[in-house]
This record gives sequence, structure tokens and C-alpha cells, in this order.
Amino acid sequence: MKRYYFDHAATTPVAPEVIQTITKSLIDDFGNVSSTHYFGQREKLKLRQAREVLANAINANLNEVYFTSGSTESNNTIIRQTALSRQNQGKHLITTVVEHPSVLKVMQDLAKKGFDVTFLPVDDSGTISITDFKAALRPDTTLVSIMYANHETGRLMPIKEIGQILKNHSAWFHVDATQALGVTKIDVKKLGIDFLSASAHKIYGPKGIGLLYKNQNCVIPPLLIGGEQENKFRAGTTNLPLIFGFAKAMELCDSKEINKWVIIYQEEKRELVKLLTELGVDFAVNGDFNQALPQILNLWIKGVPSNVLLPLLDLDGFALSAGSACTAGSAEDSPVLTAMYPNNLIRVRQSIRISLGHDNQKADVIALAHAIAKRVNHFKRSKEKAVS
Amino acid sequence: MSKRVVVGMSGGVDSSVSALLLKQQGYDVVGVFMKNWDETKDDGVCTATQDFEDVAAVAQEIGIPFYAVNFEKEYWDRVFSYFLQEYRLGRTPNPDIICNKEIKFKSFLDYAKELDADYIAMGHYAKTFVDTEGYTHLMRAKDQNKDQTYFLAQLSDGQLQRVIFPLGNLEKPEVRKIAESAGLATAHKKDSTGVCFIGERNFKHFLHNFLPSKKGLMMTPNGEVKGEHDGVLYYTIGQRSGLGIGGTRGNSQPWFVVGKDVHRNILYVDQGYHNPLLMSTSLKASHLSLVNPKFNLDRANNLTAKFRYRQKDVAVTVRTSGNSVIVSYELPQRAITPGQAVVFYQGEECLGSAFIDQVYQNEKQLAYV
Repeated sequence: MKRYYFDHAATTPVAPEVIQTITKSLIDDFGNVSSTHYFGQREKLKLRQAREVLANAINANLNEVYFTSGSTESNNTIIRQTALSRQNQGKHLITTVVEHPSVLKVMQDLAKKGFDVTFLPVDDSGTISITDFKAALRPDTTLVSIMYANHETGRLMPIKEIGQILKNHSAWFHVDATQALGVTKIDVKKLGIDFLSASAHKIYGPKGIGLLYKNQNCVIPPLLIGGEQENKFRAGTTNLPLIFGFAKAMELCDSKEINKWVIIYQEEKRELVKLLTELGVDFAVNGDFNQALPQILNLWIKGVPSNVLLPLLDLDGFALSAGSACTAGSAEDSPVLTAMYPNNLIRVRQSIRISLGHDNQKADVIALAHAIAKRVNHFKRSKEKAVS
Repeated sequence: MSKRVVVGMSGGVDSSVSALLLKQQGYDVVGVFMKNWDETKDDGVCTATQDFEDVAAVAQEIGIPFYAVNFEKEYWDRVFSYFLQEYRLGRTPNPDIICNKEIKFKSFLDYAKELDADYIAMGHYAKTFVDTEGYTHLMRAKDQNKDQTYFLAQLSDGQLQRVIFPLGNLEKPEVRKIAESAGLATAHKKDSTGVCFIGERNFKHFLHNFLPSKKGLMMTPNGEVKGEHDGVLYYTIGQRSGLGIGGTRGNSQPWFVVGKDVHRNILYVDQGYHNPLLMSTSLKASHLSLVNPKFNLDRANNLTAKFRYRQKDVAVTVRTSGNSVIVSYELPQRAITPGQAVVFYQGEECLGSAFIDQVYQNEKQLAYV
């Protein structure tokens, strides 16, 4: 059976050039880059160059990019360490209700420990309002953490406006850009971003490596302490192969490539929506079709619970997700969609996320539309039969 | 195309082997893990995560896809609420029977049908056969020690039509052996015991999280106060009362719970395992459900019944009136417990069941609730 992968927001396949880079590094670069001898010395330049690739990709300085194990570690480090180290200046934090759990749960934990956390609500398109944000901002706000775009709906957040507002405020601005890196050009300087998190495995790189961008004027203590790697900011033996793989993956997403993929994804999304309509599937877009990352499309498939549609599609060879992950493998109601449609639990439970990637051809998207239509129509017919 | 069986996999050895056998028989097998209990609702340790890991491992070993479905709300509304309500009434409920009736053979069956299942299966020890008229009959498992028809006896022919019981002709040790030789991850996993959502935890402690307990008096049927109890709800008819050994008037036999008065919050205790107050000759039960609704219990010969799981069958005669039944037995029975099911058999066939409401000793009602 042919298998189709439409869950690139969960993770992407690793690009062949990245695999080559990592494999070569595993063979050639076994040395510990912190060692003072030959084996430690020989990869120092390559590490610097890799860091440069990532720094350039987001317009940061070389000394502002740190390698971590991924966005979860970056988010944890930035939020917890900022909140704790600035608490004499204030104990107010701002975030949104639709952040990734690696932000939300840290915020909830800090709230339990005496911090005052504002969780900004979202509208039915999944984004926050600047009015709400301005109203929430206080003199004692020390950190604002808002995702670049949502992981379930792809909906963009008003990052530029918030960055603008915070220019004249002492609060630091953290952006979780995990879903945006590689499909959007991000300029931390222009956007006024102080901290940024991202992971390699969303951009055709390996799992287990990510970045933490930190404005050089924002000083926070490390979360992981031990060795003096990463300019004493992140202890742990430098993971050269994965860092090189990350840099290679980033290189493959240079601005020319980004534009190419944006156009392809948008066309594929339009095709999918058009086909589903033609095939008689009753659906609605969750979020905003245009104000979203190009690769993510979240759909309310009216009348068919996602806990039925997703297994059936998987058994037909189409891998998609309902967005939010799981306790013991069974999907809980998506907190993102619940925040967007608090009075429409049915919509929340009948929604699926399609996230496109380099490996999807236009023919695959057409096949997906037909597979969804087939399953939806079959489901509705059997329901009607059961009623009559 | 081969027929699809959606197998409810719990992460235990029985449902693992069910899935394996069905796969070997050529079915299109899809594993589904049911999550029925939100462990964050009590202070429990979450076994669901480990169980799902085990399902994943076994499914991969067998080579079948697997998914999970969440029936926490259905379980809470239809099983746990009933469970608590029964305890409030001073009865001793059997949530596993209701779970089978309402969740495993209803919600799960419906869900499996939506996944295009031709059949469902789990790890129960039971058998079925379809007669010439097309009715499905529920039969005891070959392994009489593991036979689980007691828990399935509220199901209807309609619920059983699409069920396969792959373990019906196997003894438990054989099931373990099959799991072992196939190298399944669950081959040596301990069988789960007790009520599924309580597991190995302290029952009283668990119940205390949900039902307020009121201390009250423990007294003999003659009104002689013997001590205090922690709440009548925590006690089951026939259990040791927890009173110290050392009797009255030279009687050194241990003390047992022989009755409850929920309204006055009194627990009646008396001495002797075979205390006459524990011995009954008939009972009244309601919510009668027969696998084959056309079966006439009143006219059936050689009827036997079980009043609790794993009890030996007892010869009975039955008089039905609508959904209620009066069940009489010549051999007096000890500590038949309101809330439990009386399950009817004729030979190897399990006919159906009802829930015990009142218990009588020669026409006189015993003070069991």
C-alpha cells in the first residue's frame, strides 16, 4: 500500500543531504570539541560555521545562537530562567492560551509558584488581539511569550506589532518559532524579538537538536549546568553531528527555497479545498486560510469525528493528525480548537490537521482529497442507514 | 478482502493473544486501546500509559495497526455514576458487568463499526454459537476457572452477534504459552485484579475520595453495641467485620457483617461464618436481561445460577414478572449480596442475568441493605 505523509507539523523526514552530513560527521568528527588537543581543535571552525548559518537565518549575531536539544528545552530555559532571574523587577508574565505545552505548562507551573501569568485569549480565527495585549501589559511584566504561528492551525500571531509595542517596555519578548522556521523568513532584529526557540526536525533536520536565540543584552542563567559548553550557557557535550545536520537543513531552506515552497504549499492547499468542495465534503477552515503558515491546514470535517476519520485514513495509507497529542495515545480535545470554539465541542472533535511537506506531490494532495471524500461519504451513508 | 476485526486491546496477555490468533487466522486486525478512566480524577497511579505502551509493543510484534479511543465520559456517566449510586444505597455493585454492557459491547462496538469492523474481539473467556434461526448463544468458556460469562450475562443477542471470542476454547496456561512462544511483550504480565479503575489500590481509600463516610455504630441484631464502623458503605454482607476475636458468652467465633441499615447508619454484626442471618433461600432481582429475549426462564428445566463470579453453580427455579425475577434455591446460600448479579445457566449456556435487590430466608427478608 502506498503511504502518504501529511503530518509535517509533527515532524519532517530528514533530507538526504542532511543524512549525508550527519553520517559523515559521525564518522569523521568523533572528537569532543571542548578538548584542547588535535581531535578537539579540528571541528571548532565547522561548529562556528554551523552557528553562523543559523544566526544568519534569523539575522542574529553569532554569539546569540545556542544549540539545545530542541524547542522544548529552549522554551523551558527561556521562560523559567527569565521569570526567576527577573522576579525582583516584576512577577507578571504574558502568554496565550494556544501555546505549545512546552510553553503553557512552564507558565502554569510558574503561576502555581506565585507568578502572575496572563493567558491571552484567541478569537475564532485563532489569533490574539493587540487591544487585549496592550491591556494586559503592565510595568511589572518581565516576559511576553507568544508563538510565531500556531502548531495546530498555522494561524499567525501579530509578532511584529507586539515587538513594536515592547520596544518601549522593559519586558523581554520570546517567540516560539518552531513551526515557522524554514517556511517564513524571520528577522529577530526587525521584529524586536529577544528570545526565539526552534527545532531542526521541523525543517528536514534531525530530532534532538534545536536552537535558542538570546539577545546579547538579555542575560539569564543556564537551565542545564555542568560543563562550560555553549559559552557557559548550556552544559553537555557538544553534539556536532546533529548541529551540522541542523545547519545543513537550514541551508536547504534559504530564502529562495522558502519562496518556492510557500507558493507550492499554497497552491496545494487551494487545490485540496477546491477538490473537497467539488467532492461534496461539508467542511470549514479552522483559523484563517490566508493568515496562516503555508504548510498547515486545519479543517472541520462536518459530521465525522476525527477519532473515526483519522484511523480510517491511516488504514487507507494517509497519515494526518488531530493536532494535539495525547495521553496514553488517545486524543484529548484540542486545547487550541477549544479556545477558538469554546461553544462548539462538536467542531473541536470533528477537526483534522493536514500539514504539507517537501515530499508531497500535487497528485498526493488530490489522492488525499479523494480519500477524505470517500471516507466521509461512506461514514454518512452508514449513519443514515443506521437511522433508517 | 479479508474481514476486519477491531480488537479491544487492554495491554494484558489475554487481549494480546486474541489479536495474535485473529491475525494468524487471516483477519484484517486493527487494535484499539480504550481509555476509560482519567487517573487525574483521583490520586491514582496511571497504569494507562504503561498499558498503552504494552499495546503498542504487542501490536508491532503481531504486525497490526493500533489506535486509542477515549470513553472516559461514557464510562463516568454510565458506569462510575452507577457504581457510586449503588454504594450510596448500601449495595455492592459490579461495575465490570455494566462496563461490558455499556462500554465494551456498546460504545466500543459502535466505534468499531465506524472503523468498518465486521467483528470485534477482546480478551474474554467465553464462547458463542449461532443457531439455525440466527440467534447468537453465549456459552461458558472451556477454561471453567477463567470463564467470564458472569460478566457478559447482561449482553443481548444483538450485542454478541459481531463478537469473536478467540480464547473460548483455550485454557489460561495455553494462552500464556502462546504469548510466550510468539515472544509477545505481555507474555509474563501479571493479570489485572479487582475493579479496573481501582486496581491494586486500597478500596476503602479510593471510595473515600468520592463518597463521604459517616462513622456509626456496629451492633448485634439484638441491639447490643459492639463498636464503631467507618461507614456502612465500606462493608459487604458476609465479610469479616474487623472486630477482634473474642466472643460473648464463651463463643469464640469471628464476627461477620450480617446486615446494614443505611438510613440509620448501623452495621449489624454477628458471630460465625455460617451464621443463620447470612443464609438465604430465595432472592428478588430486577433488570433482567436475557441473551435471547424469547427464552422462557419459568419453564426451563435444569436451571442453575451463580450469585457471584467464580462461584459454583447452584440449582434454582425462577419466576419472572416483567423485568423482575424471584429466584429460589433448595440449598441455602451464604451472603448473597444486593447489587451483585444473579446469572442464569442451562448446562453450558449462559442465558442472562438480573441484579439482586432483596434476599429472603424462607419468605423473611434479610436486613442486607
